[in-house]
Amino acid sequence: MPPPPPLPLVDIEGLEKRFGAVTALDGITAAIHPGRMTGLVGPDGAGKTTLLRLVAGLLRADGGRLSVCGADPGTDPERVHEAVGYMPQSFGLYEDLSVAENLSLYADLRGVVGDARERAFDRLLRFTGLGPFRTRLAGRLSGGMKQKLGIACAMVVKPRLLLLDEPSVGVDPVSRRELWAMVQDLVADDIGVVWSTAYLDEAERCDAVLLLDRGRLLHAGPPDALTRRMDGRTFILRAPPDKRVAQARAAATAGVLDALIQGPHVRLVMAQGAAPPDGAHPTPPRFEDAFVSLLDDDAAPHAPLATPTAPVADPGEGDVVTAQGLTRRFGDFTAVDDVSFAVARGEIFGLLGPNGAGKSTTFKMMCGLLPPTAGTARVAGIDLGHAASAGRAKIGYMSQKFSLYGDLSVGQNLAFFASVYGLKGQARKQAIRGALEGYGLDTYAKANARTLPLGFKQRLSLACATLHRPPILFLDEPTSGVDPLTRREFWGRINALAADGVTVLVTTHFLDEAEYCDRLGIVFRGRLVADGVPDALKARFRTADTPEPTLEDAFIALIEAEGREDAEAAA
Amino acid sequence: MSDTPTGGRWLRLRGLIVKESRQVARDPSSIAIALVMPIVLLLLFGYGVSLDARNIGLAVVVDGPTQATESLVASFERSPYFHVTRIADRRTAEAGLVAGDYRGVMVIKDDFTKRLARALEGGGAESAPIQLMVDGTDANTARLTRGYVEGAWATWLTLQGLTEGAATRLAVTAEPRIWFNPEVRSRNFLVPGLMAIIMTLIGTLLTALVVAREWERGTMEALMTTPVTALELLIGKLTPYFLLGMGGMGLSVAMAVFLYDVPFRGSFLVLVGVSAVFLVTALALGLLISTAAKNQFVAGQIALVAAFLPAFMLSGFLFEIGSMPAFVQGLTYLFAARYFVAILQTLFLAGTVWSVILPNLLAMVALATVLLLITARRTTKRLE
Repeated sequence: MPPPPPLPLVDIEGLEKRFGAVTALDGITAAIHPGRMTGLVGPDGAGKTTLLRLVAGLLRADGGRLSVCGADPGTDPERVHEAVGYMPQSFGLYEDLSVAENLSLYADLRGVVGDARERAFDRLLRFTGLGPFRTRLAGRLSGGMKQKLGIACAMVVKPRLLLLDEPSVGVDPVSRRELWAMVQDLVADDIGVVWSTAYLDEAERCDAVLLLDRGRLLHAGPPDALTRRMDGRTFILRAPPDKRVAQARAAATAGVLDALIQGPHVRLVMAQGAAPPDGAHPTPPRFEDAFVSLLDDDAAPHAPLATPTAPVADPGEGDVVTAQGLTRRFGDFTAVDDVSFAVARGEIFGLLGPNGAGKSTTFKMMCGLLPPTAGTARVAGIDLGHAASAGRAKIGYMSQKFSLYGDLSVGQNLAFFASVYGLKGQARKQAIRGALEGYGLDTYAKANARTLPLGFKQRLSLACATLHRPPILFLDEPTSGVDPLTRREFWGRINALAADGVTVLVTTHFLDEAEYCDRLGIVFRGRLVADGVPDALKARFRTADTPEPTLEDAFIALIEAEGREDAEAAA
Repeated sequence: MSDTPTGGRWLRLRGLIVKESRQVARDPSSIAIALVMPIVLLLLFGYGVSLDARNIGLAVVVDGPTQATESLVASFERSPYFHVTRIADRRTAEAGLVAGDYRGVMVIKDDFTKRLARALEGGGAESAPIQLMVDGTDANTARLTRGYVEGAWATWLTLQGLTEGAATRLAVTAEPRIWFNPEVRSRNFLVPGLMAIIMTLIGTLLTALVVAREWERGTMEALMTTPVTALELLIGKLTPYFLLGMGGMGLSVAMAVFLYDVPFRGSFLVLVGVSAVFLVTALALGLLISTAAKNQFVAGQIALVAAFLPAFMLSGFLFEIGSMPAFVQGLTYLFAARYFVAILQTLFLAGTVWSVILPNLLAMVALATVLLLITARRTTKRLE
């Protein structure tokens, strides 16, 4: 870590920001230094974007003091805009303009002309590797290339401070690494970079982090200072006979803050001073452990985990879900290309891949929502494309977006879905009561679904999808945009369902979540590039350099083996 | 070139205008609103919609055919306004009226010829009535039908009197002379009025949509953190759509004059100037909407209600303002379309009549100033 420079670029003191009755930022005091990567970390709704917008002079603070490169963005935004480069969450690119046209616009706006302009473009195109794509429309770039172009546009004039709002969302792991390396070069050039993220592995690698939760700053400083607090509190239970039972039992034990399935093992985080259970081996702490422990102290007490639901109808033995050569084309674009896999009863099967890889399209075909161009999908022996209503009673589907009725109350949503699934009389009453109690929704029964906290929305979605006790559950990105605590709780419920014999298919782009699955299929550009048990997938890429490959290492190696098609596409 | 304030300003403005023009050229929905919609509207109103009644279905029942009744029916058959069907008995004709086969039924009783002869001979109290039943469902056509039948009847009566060598008993006769639009073609005033609609579409709807799209896609946020000023953002948006709107105006004038033979009797220069002022009000309204509505759906809805529908219904383009209730008449003063339509119809059909143009123009200038001032005040480089 470099020694702290005398003058910070951004000086924040007691900063407050309210939107109506909601306090978005509640007395933040922090500093951002040049030549450092500062991670702005926190769950959705923590106030990350609001803080960046205040620094960029897009919002006016309600209280406190803020100084950016020597100017007050509240009263003198022009001076701040001269010195700061800002990339909003949605890139700020014109999708119907080409790479070069986007750059030209920002060069015009920042007054870069003549030779200086040529030099800036050369530098940025070389730096981002976008040189071969000058004439391509920004809308037709991949997620990673869009991010790089977004950064290039924010850097037409070399800024003193670069603000990046969630630059790694929607970017595949390979591009994520490239992006990170690119920004590291800027840091070496003494630019101060603020990188906001919900990915904790990124936060861990920053020079300093500002950890936000619900508008409050929980930690400011180097991430390892936080991680070190967890020394001696993290353990691992090696390959217990039934990992789900072991995990559930551990989670219920006093003193255990967090119990996570990791491949065949169970990883434990203990409360301060609590003794680990028998047979647990110490393991080095991670930033995520500290994060969970901090948020746990900060969070309101959460509802108890769902009690396992009553046994479900037996969908038969053997493979419950099969995909056979599943293909889907949209025009000349192949979204899903010859995907085949099989899932056994009671298994958690994960489809892992970056945004746009074809995960959701595969799911929609499996559920009979979208007819495949070729191939078949069978669920409990039924082709949902043909016998939709017979099969749909056997599945529960939770879609990527919150798809409940925001204007209806929790109880009304449940009642509606009970009717949709044809539940009547006693069965209906029982199902609704069971969902309210099992998911800890009683207190919110009369509240409109829109007003629920994110974690409770998630629970309600799952409750609605499982109201008819389906033996097979499809979860499409159920945890995107959800903070780590809520994600853990959610996975606890999924585990409980799987222990009951429910077959679960889940898509995710969180590599750490993939560890919770029994088996994984890795999807990239529409194709299933590998499938298997997480540990087996990792083991395939064990080398002398990486004796303990992570799932991310395995994923990147797999994709690199696929060949960098970006380069080919350009040729 | 250095980054002097003025040099930088022109560079930024040029950058914004070039960007906007490229987007218009590439975005199918902009092209649809700017080019396809005007042409469709012009074709629709030019050929399809007409407020004139022609070929009105008329059933004629003659109880006692004579030479006189034949001559009367023949005069109806010759008229371009009627499509005459002869029906033998009154009951069938009435059934046809109920079924909607005819707009009206004319019954000529068997004593008609006798009473006509007496009337022509000058028995003061005598008259020769015919009966007319009109389908009143569509009030406008019903009124037209009645008027046309009365007109045709009066004409025939006059001719009859002349050929019989006797003057008719009509003490006062009106001799109508229609100015400006002697053929009373509704197309001649509909097509100029359409230009107000088309410029509203481009100025308000398209502008509100494209700005809302910048909010949706986050590009506005990125623009705001550059040294560009709020005024430059405004002018950068106004200029390309101003040119596009004037293009739409040119297209409409060309189609009106060359395709539909609508006369243009005023000064072309005045037309351009007046259109420019109207377009500024439309653009300012569009930008104002976009400062309030930051997604395309809401922006589209507001633009429809605040600009497009008033331009259609409250401008005097389709519906006569004078026959609206007083409250609605008062409302029309708030919309620039009213003044523009009045000027357009004057310029096309009457000529450069300053006594009409000037007050309307001044009202538009006032409206444009107010809207621009509000928009400029509301356009800030902040997100709230």
